[in-house]
Order: sequence, then C-alpha cells, then structure tokens
Amino acid sequence: MPFTCDLGGERHVFADLKAVLAGASPARSGDELAGLATSSATRRVAARWVLADLPLTTFLNEALVPYESDEVTRLILDSHDAAAFAPIAHLTVGGFRDWLLSEADQAALAAIARGVTPEMAAAVSKLMRNQDLIAVAQKIRVVTAFRSTIGLPGRLSTRLQPNHPADDPRGIAAAVLDGLLHGVGDAVIGVNPATDSVPAATTLIRMLDELRGAYAIPTQTCVLTHVTNALTIMERGAPVDLVFQSVAGSEGANAGFGIDLAVLREAHAAALELGRGTVGRNVMYFETGQGSALSANAHHGIDQQTMEARAYAVARAFDPLLVNTVVGFIGPEYLYDGKQIIRAGLEDHFCGKLLGLPMGCDVCYTNHAEADQDDMDSLMTLLTVAGCSFLICVPGSDDVMLSYQSLSNHDALYLRSVMGLRPAPEFEAWLAEAGITAPDGSLRALADGASPFVRQLAENLS
Amino acid sequence: MSEVVPGELWEKLRRTTPARIALGRVGYALPLGEVLDFQFAHARARDAVHAQLDGAKLAAELAPLPVLHVESDAPDRATYLRRPDLGRRLSHQSVTVLAEAGGHCDVVFVIGDGLSATGVQAGAAQLVRACAAELGGLTIGPVVIARAARVALGDPIGEALGARVCVMIIGERPGLSVHDSLGIYMTYAPRPCRSDAERNCISNIHGAGGLSPQEAARTLGWLLREALRRALSGVALKDDQTPTLTFKGQGPA
Repeated sequence: MPFTCDLGGERHVFADLKAVLAGASPARSGDELAGLATSSATRRVAARWVLADLPLTTFLNEALVPYESDEVTRLILDSHDAAAFAPIAHLTVGGFRDWLLSEADQAALAAIARGVTPEMAAAVSKLMRNQDLIAVAQKIRVVTAFRSTIGLPGRLSTRLQPNHPADDPRGIAAAVLDGLLHGVGDAVIGVNPATDSVPAATTLIRMLDELRGAYAIPTQTCVLTHVTNALTIMERGAPVDLVFQSVAGSEGANAGFGIDLAVLREAHAAALELGRGTVGRNVMYFETGQGSALSANAHHGIDQQTMEARAYAVARAFDPLLVNTVVGFIGPEYLYDGKQIIRAGLEDHFCGKLLGLPMGCDVCYTNHAEADQDDMDSLMTLLTVAGCSFLICVPGSDDVMLSYQSLSNHDALYLRSVMGLRPAPEFEAWLAEAGITAPDGSLRALADGASPFVRQLAENLS
Repeated sequence: MSEVVPGELWEKLRRTTPARIALGRVGYALPLGEVLDFQFAHARARDAVHAQLDGAKLAAELAPLPVLHVESDAPDRATYLRRPDLGRRLSHQSVTVLAEAGGHCDVVFVIGDGLSATGVQAGAAQLVRACAAELGGLTIGPVVIARAARVALGDPIGEALGARVCVMIIGERPGLSVHDSLGIYMTYAPRPCRSDAERNCISNIHGAGGLSPQEAARTLGWLLREALRRALSGVALKDDQTPTLTFKGQGPA
C-alpha cells in the first residue's frame, strides 16, 4: 500500500512500509549502496511525517520480511508479548516517541520491552534526535550476571580485548595484565582468535581460565570463536564461560554467518548445562553491526538500521549476558564518517535497550573510514551519558589482530572519572583487594608498591 | 617503571606482543608521545589505503609463472571504498580476458589489492610461491592479478578459469601497527553468489609478528587438500590441526 505526504507544496509518495522506513532513516552510505536512501533531504522529512502517523500495530500486521520464509520474522511475531504491548498498543510511532520522552519511567520501560518489536524500535528511533536516543536509553536498566553483575546504576563495565596477531598465549596474557592494571575487564575478558582453529581456541580458553582462576578474578572469559566451534570445545570438556556469536537480522544473513536459531539454542543449552556462573546464569555473548545483512545480500530491501534492530530479537531469545554493536568496524561503505558512526552507535544502543538487551558498544573505526579519535571521544562520552552497559577496550586503542581502532584502557579511566562511574561491584571489590585501586576507588600508580596483585605478578613473572 | 614491576619485567611482557601495552599515563590520559605516535601510525595507514598496486612490477616478480591482469568494475579508489558491490564484479573487458584464457585446473591463485596495495606489492609474490610449494601434484592455473578487488571477485575468476578451488590472496585492512598484512581466502567450487561462510580464511600474514608465508602456506595446503577430498569449504571444514602459530616479533620499540 503506498503512503503519501504533502509537504511544502510537493507530494511525496512511498511505495510501501519499507520505503517509508528507509526514507525516514538518517543519511548513511550503506542505504545509498543498497539503493534505498531518499533522493532528497526534504523527502526524508516527508517520510518522517508519514512514519509519525503510523500506528505501532502496523508492524504486527505487516511483516517486512515474509513470515513464511524467514525464521527471524517468525521469532519476532511468535514471541511478541501482547500483554506487555497493551500499554502502548494505542499509540502511533510519533505518539510512542512522545510517550518514551515524557511518561515512560524505568518500570514502564521494563514492562513494555517484550511488547516492542525491532521494527517498532527502529521506526521510533528514526523520529528521535541524538539527545532523544540518549535521554530515553538513560532511563532503561538491563541487569545481567555471570561472575560479575552488568548494568547496575552508577556502573560502567568494560570488555578487555587482548587480541594477538598469532594467538600467542603469552602475548595475550600480557595484554590481559595491562588491562587489569587499568581496572578493565569486568564485563568479560574476550579474545578474538586469529584463526578458525578449534585446538587454538581451546588453548586460549584454558589459558584465560587458569589466569582468571589463579588471581580469583570475578569476571568471565570468552574466546570469540564460531558457535559451532564452541559446541565442539564444550563437548571436549574445556572451561567455556560464555558462548559467542555474531548475529544478524534475517535468516539469510545468519546463514551467511553459518548459523541458525537451532544451533544457537543448542549452544545456549550446552553452556547453561556447564553451570559455571556464580552470581547469574546469562551465558551468551552476541555482537552485531549495521550493514551485516546487506553485506550478506540478505537485507530484503530494508534499510540497515531496521535490519540491525532485528538482530536484537535474535539476541533477546537467548538471555545474553552481553550484546554489543561493533559500530564502526564494517567500514565506510556502510557508515561513511564519524557523524554516521556516532548516530548509528546511539541508535543501536537505544534500540537494544528498548528491546530489553544488556547493550554495550565497540566504539570503533577503521583506517578506510573518514573518522578519527576525536569522533570516538564524542561517541564514548555520549554513550556513557546514555547509560551504556559496557564498552570495549584494547591497549592503546590499537587492535593488532583485527586492524581497527577501538577504545583504550585509558578511555575507560577517563569515562569513569568524569562521569563518576564504577566497575561491576564484584570486580570493584577485587580491584580494591588486589590493590589495583586505592580505597577511594582511584587507580593506584604501579610505582607505589601497595598492590599485592602486582607483587604476586612480579614474582610469577621473574 | 617501578620497584615492583621494574622496567625489565614490562619489557619482557612487551616482547610477547605488538599490542600497545605498558604505555604509562598522565593523570588518566595517555602520555603525549604515545598520542602523537598513534596519530603518525594512523596517518601511515590512511596513506596505505589509498595506494595503487603496480601490477606490472608484481607480474615481473612472479615470473616465470604465467599471469593474467584483470580489474573489477570499480573505476577508481574512491568508488572502490564506497561500492564493494563493484569490487566483487569483473569489468566487461576482464570477463573477455578470462573467457579467452578458459581452461581447467585444481587451483587458481588470485592476487587482489584489497585494502592494502602496499602489503600486496611487498609480499604477495613470495606467498604465492610458498603456497605453490605446498600443493605438489595439483595443477595450478595462471596467477590472476586483480585491481580494485574484493574477496568475492575470486568467484567469477575461479569459475571462468575452470578451477576446482580459488585461493584469493588479498591486502587486509591496514591497522596501526601493521599496514601490509595479507589474507588468504579459499573457496571450493568458486562461482558467483558463494557466501562468506563457504570460505576458509587465513589472516594476518605479515612480517611484524604475524604468520610467515611458510606457516600460512602449510595451513592452506592442509585445508585445500581437505576441501578437495570432502568437496566443500567454509565453516563445515574446520582447521583441526594442532596450532602452530607463534609470535616471533619484538613488538614496538
């Protein structure tokens, strides 16, 4: 069914719901690449007027990706919670935006999460300025736990990402120590392996578990290998804390990752069976990113931000400990510059939180994008104001295996300092016991000699 | 650095990884020297992204191996960066070149500039030789040098040359520490519309602590023979060898 809008003496016609959503989306290179972007700036505003007047129920009555041929659509519609949706069922997308910014408090937002579909979240985000995305996300709390508790008020957690170009266990351990000494690693110590090798991943899993155990660090470890590898590794009895997988918003895009919902269910059950969590049972870790569906040519003519939100429905089905968008990783053909990366990071965080996910972000960019550290400073600061659950940190911002720039350990110190935020409570207590932090929570200089952790480390290494 | 973790201990740790560890801090910020060092590395990587591949020079290094030159449909570097779809498609002229060549072989090597022509220029010829040495008994087609190439450009190339397996050697996205890294993507029965899950990847092949050409070639040799034996590639074909990767670099000074 076509939609029309008369604006400034011009009639704008949009062929269908997909065209309205794509038209209303802020400018980005991925939608241009897909041939979905609006032809003019005024037409974009017209699409937003159309979108504002659509009832939220539109997205329950009309599947953008056919129900019959896509298991992600089936998951979204079959798991929709009508009772949770009831308080907002009468609203238009525009009315939903107003409700989110005014009446909705923390409890109301938690109550509707399972009643919101990814398409509703994406739609309303397109009517929201950056400050709106921040203001609403900041009201939402999603708390998850394994050995540490993620997402509590006043906390900012971090993933310690100690990647190494040849998966060398000593090199990875050195980067882990560097992160710990900066108070980083309370969300997860997570390595991206350089190869797809099961034995190599198993070696790293055992090494990380021994290191964590030796110093009794209340966090979880993860080697971000393919879910099918994780299944093999668990069968062989290795100490897997979290199962990782990249996920996307359509069955076809997930097939591009070599996965489907069934294999995720199998891995989720296997990890739960291990029962390794001490303060919680969230055992999954997912990464996403705008453009992955288009990259797999499985976007069904839908704009990349809406497809990204659909990936969160996949994540939501498995009660994850952590979900993060790897926002600037995919490159300039999807998010061209710092402005587009910043906007996408805020959209992804907002949509994930609105759907009830423990949302974090890999604030990052590649060397072929028009972006630099100043853009990342802006995004990490905005996300932290928005209440982002966790951020990814690599030593000196330089990922020497994946060849891109994320945040540094120092950036986490800056954010916690200027915003008055603390790590996860279990990890915070460990940092104090280990003497890495002083009684006031500030990071100790290594030179002051007060840290039993550093003394033990020095003995073990000498 | 301190009495407890003295300088030599940190130095020992730094020798195990090229990662930027033990940088010190000023307040909670990075020391200025580290900030400027980072900016310099970023500037070099940006320059590598925009470099052009000298195909004739590379062909001379590959001699006496027969070489074909092709290009994708991306007319220039700026378009290439924004339009990966064009980088996966052969130009009209290149389709003709490959159709005329035709043939049948077990393996075809494609060298694509990818995102680091600098890396390809420096290391691709040596890597092709190392790989070929691991593939005794198999027939190898002409080496195809592809300008403005994405990984999937190997699919129509492999198909046109009748290859059972396509091995794409391509310049990886430059990082700060390494701007000349190569990756290998192996695809069984190459043809357009292969998904990335149907490929096996060996990444981080470079001289600054990454895989050596010989190590990468050994892994490829194993994967490729398994692919031929089992008639598939990708996630169904696990690299189940004992890990042999080691880091031998000295890290940043």
